Amino acid sequence: MIRYIVQRLLFGLLTIWFVATATFVAMHSVPGDPLTNDKAMAPEIRASLMRQYGLDKPVLQQYGIYLGNMLRGDFGISYAEENRRVNDIIREHFPVSATLGVLAIVFATLGGIVWGALTARYQHRWPDFAIMGLVILSISVPGFVFAALAQLALVSINRWYGAELLPIAGWGTLRHMLMPALVLGLGTMAFLTRLMRASLLEIAQADYITTAKAKGLSAARIFFVHQLRNACLPLLTLLGPAIATITTGGFVVELVFSIPGLGRYFVQAIQQLDYTVIMGTTVFYGSFLVLMVVLVDLLYGWVDPRIKLHAG
Amino acid sequence: MPVSDIDPQLFTPCATVAEQQSLSSESIGYWSRVWLQLRRNKQAFTSLLIIIGLLLFALAGPVLWRLNPAEQNIGLISQSPSWRASEAIILPPERWYPDPAAVAMLEEFAIRVGKATTAGIQLQWSALPGAAEYQLFRHQRQPASNSDLGLPLAEMPATTPWFEDRLQLEQRRYVYTVIALDKQQTLLASVQASIKPQLAISFFDAQLRGFVPITARPQQWRGQTLTLPAHPFGTDYLGRDMLARMMYGARTSLFIGVLAPVVFIIFGALYGAIAAYHGGFIDNLMMRATDLVIALPFLLFMILLKVAFGLGPGDSGVLPMLLALVLLSWPAAARLVRAEVLKLRCLPYIDAARLMGAGASHLLLRHFVPNALPIMLVAFTFAVPAAIFTEAFLSFIGIGVVPPTPSWGAMSFDGIKSLLAHPHELLFPAAFISLTVLAFNLFGDGLRDAMDVKTNDV
Repeated sequence: MIRYIVQRLLFGLLTIWFVATATFVAMHSVPGDPLTNDKAMAPEIRASLMRQYGLDKPVLQQYGIYLGNMLRGDFGISYAEENRRVNDIIREHFPVSATLGVLAIVFATLGGIVWGALTARYQHRWPDFAIMGLVILSISVPGFVFAALAQLALVSINRWYGAELLPIAGWGTLRHMLMPALVLGLGTMAFLTRLMRASLLEIAQADYITTAKAKGLSAARIFFVHQLRNACLPLLTLLGPAIATITTGGFVVELVFSIPGLGRYFVQAIQQLDYTVIMGTTVFYGSFLVLMVVLVDLLYGWVDPRIKLHAG
Repeated sequence: MPVSDIDPQLFTPCATVAEQQSLSSESIGYWSRVWLQLRRNKQAFTSLLIIIGLLLFALAGPVLWRLNPAEQNIGLISQSPSWRASEAIILPPERWYPDPAAVAMLEEFAIRVGKATTAGIQLQWSALPGAAEYQLFRHQRQPASNSDLGLPLAEMPATTPWFEDRLQLEQRRYVYTVIALDKQQTLLASVQASIKPQLAISFFDAQLRGFVPITARPQQWRGQTLTLPAHPFGTDYLGRDMLARMMYGARTSLFIGVLAPVVFIIFGALYGAIAAYHGGFIDNLMMRATDLVIALPFLLFMILLKVAFGLGPGDSGVLPMLLALVLLSWPAAARLVRAEVLKLRCLPYIDAARLMGAGASHLLLRHFVPNALPIMLVAFTFAVPAAIFTEAFLSFIGIGVVPPTPSWGAMSFDGIKSLLAHPHELLFPAAFISLTVLAFNLFGDGLRDAMDVKTNDV
């Protein structure tokens, strides 16, 4: 067990190192350099700026400095916004994204369990067909379309209600968060519903359900205590990919709903080619996602002792 | 039923072997059986027809619908979908001389509309005694109150009670309000006029776009009308035909969506087959590499690679996207095919082939890859929607295909900005993305059942 954990963590660290190196290589292979822009610059100013940002040193030395800074958790200074440290940007905007993401995961999980339970309970009857139809639809429609349609729907709802029931965009209160989180969690909710349905139907055939029936337990008790609880376990395997989906999906949702999260900031940095912000945010997001996957793996092994944790 | 009840007269023995064979049902090969099962699966078969339809839309569409997807028409911005062709009046260049006599006869404060086209709306109003200044406003709906008159267009002195509005006119109804103010800036009177301008095209523009011969003289064409092509899908924010753009966008999106999976699945399959064939240390090493690529956050790295590849001038951004997709997506296919080959490797007929002297390449190309083909095909149908989603996602955050190259994702990105006013600009590309993804997903489900392939997709 301990060997497995150590191996998993080591592989996670290797991946993070790879992410950081790939980011460095990628950013250094971009044509031009971070100081290239449309403004004319005197050679002396240019040289001094290069020195200030350490861009005049050999690439390998820059790589060493970069890795050292990353290890100390220092992501440097933004090129586009003067005197703004990337760490401050992350510290300021990531909590917003995280709040939205956690809310989306809560929505997705609750929705997935409820809808999945309904489809399995009414298999081959209309609730099953209706919900599975919606599931296939929400897997096929891109997230940004849902975000846009949800916004359009909010406009008409507010107009019909005569007052602002839920705000169309922005951030601040729980009312701002509901719709974006719902939209963000929708795709994951669809996947979880499908998984939940399959898992519940498989468990319905299990011996211990027959035993429970033979013991004379009530149908409700069998369903909720024996079937539903065990069927929830496989949902954990999807939690890792779900966190990745919701993190990157957040870029789009934050853009559409004008939410001041790290995702929107990241997209802006990409469009402005703000190198340090792109590098810092990519490494931050990359490490975050890799760690989450490792944690979910370990959590799964801990929750479900039937799973033999083997090395590799 | 006792045996004796059956009348032996009913049976005649087969005379020849050929006759025996003709009586037994035809044997069906693997691929025919897959096809038969697909035909029987309504959902999958409809999806297949939709996929063929989409391919035709992309390939044959631009041949039949010959409008130029890049041609802009400022007079026809964000038109709603309509099958009706629009009429445009040709305007040779000329100056407007307002006619004070025409408004002098008006008894009260009123607006007289001169020529009203999308090139310019000529407004003249009667001079109000005591007025020191007139202010002109334009609104796209009936003003609800005096504080909501819309866009302030002009402030005209008392001596010039006229104005020609040439500010980004579209073919829609406008409400103009003229208010007259005296020296103390107090409101004396206001008057409104509601006008829908006629679509106009300047003479030179008509020449440029080939509606009028280049040798024609402006005077001959004064006041003539042209029939401009209909836009069944409407036009976008630059007045470009949406249907033509959807067709060319389908070419881009499907090109990326189909070609990238083809390349990475073939590469992944070869990689996986080679790893499994060699086994041992090489296999271990090769598979650790796939582990690493799979562990990378996919979309984050797509973004990174797209940024890193950069863009030369005139680049459409399609190739970098293809390359990035291939670089990040091959390991899944490699794993699937490796597992299949590991299973195959122990089968007796492979040993037989080896004994007969088959080399590595023969085994790989003749036995391993064909046997892994069903898995590869199913993986392909599920990889297409994923690739199309990725294209749409990247274009949507603004680092996908470069304008003016149309792609469904890029069109959605443009359409979302004017969602509230002109929803059709988002709905068409979004609907096509969704339809394609849906069709490939359902077809993939059907294919997987028909081929009886087990994949662990979720």
